[in-house]
Amino acid sequence: MKRLSLFLCLTVFSLAFGIQAACADGLDAFKGKEGSISIAGGTAHIPVMKDAAKAIMSANPNIRITIAGGGSGVGIQKVGEGLVDIGNSGRKASDAEVSKYGLVMFPFAVDGVATVIHAENPVQALTGDQVRAIFAGQITNWKEVGGNDGVINVYARDESSGTREVYWKKLLNKGAVVASANVVPSNGAMKLAVSKDPNAIGYVSIGHLDGSVKAPSLDGVEVNQEAAKSGQYPVVRKLYMNTKGEPQGIVKSFVEYITGPDCVEFIKAAGYIPF
Amino acid sequence: MHRTADRRTGSVWLPACRFSAAVTGAAVLAILLFLLWFSLPLLDADTLSKLLSWEWRPFQGGFGILPMVAGSLLLSLSALLLAFPVSVGICCFAHGMGPSGPAAYLLRLVKFMTSVPTVVYGFVGVFVLVPLLREAFRSGSGFCWLAAAVGLAVLILPTIVLMLHSQFMLIEPQVTLTAAALGMSPAQRLLHLVIPISGRGFAAALVLGFGRALGDTMIPLMLAGNAAQVPGSLLESLRTMTAHIALVVATDSQSLAYLSLFACGLILFLSTTLVNLGLQLLKRSGEDNG
Repeated sequence: MKRLSLFLCLTVFSLAFGIQAACADGLDAFKGKEGSISIAGGTAHIPVMKDAAKAIMSANPNIRITIAGGGSGVGIQKVGEGLVDIGNSGRKASDAEVSKYGLVMFPFAVDGVATVIHAENPVQALTGDQVRAIFAGQITNWKEVGGNDGVINVYARDESSGTREVYWKKLLNKGAVVASANVVPSNGAMKLAVSKDPNAIGYVSIGHLDGSVKAPSLDGVEVNQEAAKSGQYPVVRKLYMNTKGEPQGIVKSFVEYITGPDCVEFIKAAGYIPF
Repeated sequence: MHRTADRRTGSVWLPACRFSAAVTGAAVLAILLFLLWFSLPLLDADTLSKLLSWEWRPFQGGFGILPMVAGSLLLSLSALLLAFPVSVGICCFAHGMGPSGPAAYLLRLVKFMTSVPTVVYGFVGVFVLVPLLREAFRSGSGFCWLAAAVGLAVLILPTIVLMLHSQFMLIEPQVTLTAAALGMSPAQRLLHLVIPISGRGFAAALVLGFGRALGDTMIPLMLAGNAAQVPGSLLESLRTMTAHIALVVATDSQSLAYLSLFACGLILFLSTTLVNLGLQLLKRSGEDNG
């Protein structure tokens, strides 16, 4: 018995040590360095950036990392004008932006966007055509797609949303969205609104999916990160870090750290698929 | 002796006050110039006609802000319509119509309401008011003109009540003796003396309430549904200029959609200026008559 517990103790210890050693690998690049890294842009990126920054700064107190939001457009503009070292975006920088600023893009995660309905809505599956017709205002009652009798309430995101952009391009095929659709300002607000409205339909980043809302299958494909990763579920986008020209020094180390094996857990914890 | 002390403190404070007044004035002027400067690219005929249209579809080239202008006006006027009678009622209750104990508590409650952040009202609205409206009317999502109007009415109620309260407090000492001599009850004093000569106070309370309703962002953003349309009924969604600015501000800073925000800002700025000028005019005419 005693021997067993000693064995267990040793196993746990070596496991813990092993994990720590693995973590330290990626952080080695920062050893003995000092300086600061400033980051701004897409809000979806912030949880990953924060976890990474915490790990780096606690291992190396001479490095300061500041992280701000602002949205994808702001991230690209700020890094292009040299105001920050890394500008995050939930979309690819346009050709005009790349050539104007000399941006280099580093994708590090994949995020899907799911159609969501109220958790108690009996509808289990929708087709792409049905979703497009609902958002265009052609299908207006849930019973037309196999649900209860009830007028469909459409929820959409504002024009600055990266989530809106990918959903509109890849699922709605840039089609019209009915003018009376309610507009909510964030993924969190969307989830809240849909979870309270039995007749709602909306869309959120798959990373934000939880039990409060339901994601019906699309064209027979279950909506989850695995399907997004394999390419079965098509409504996906990449999360990018952008730098002006090739990154140097600790900024380069930071980009390598985020895209390296150490941050896989941070990316998964934030609900995204490592790229 | 007393007078010289007064004059001395006056001599210290007067330049300081003048200075801060000048700084404040300059800041307001700077804001106006800033808004004008950023609105300049919008001032050619083609862009202006796009801007002053009813169509907000930024990805199809429609940048009309008129639905938002209409939304702001409709929402603040309706909130005022809801809040004003209630506020007058509360003030009358507190000034003689009601028993003094509950009246004091009521006033304390209203003062407490001023310290509640608007986002809290918005949050309660999302969880309580919106589902209630959805259930009650069985039409739409509950995020609508009515929800936002009720939310805003709660927000501007303390402003109106406290404005009226301070006006009544100003007038009451002047008429107390007369009223007592005539054997009036506090309720009669209020109805026949205080209210009839509080006209300016009522107008000021209305104007301030309207300004506060027009300027609030959080409640319309959270409760009104934000569809860029002119609502056909109280149960339909609308978008105000303030919510519009909050929603669009993170877009690409080169686009026309982004620049349209400055037009909204300019309209908001000019409307509040007009409201305040109106208030000044009212005050002056009141003084002439009085």
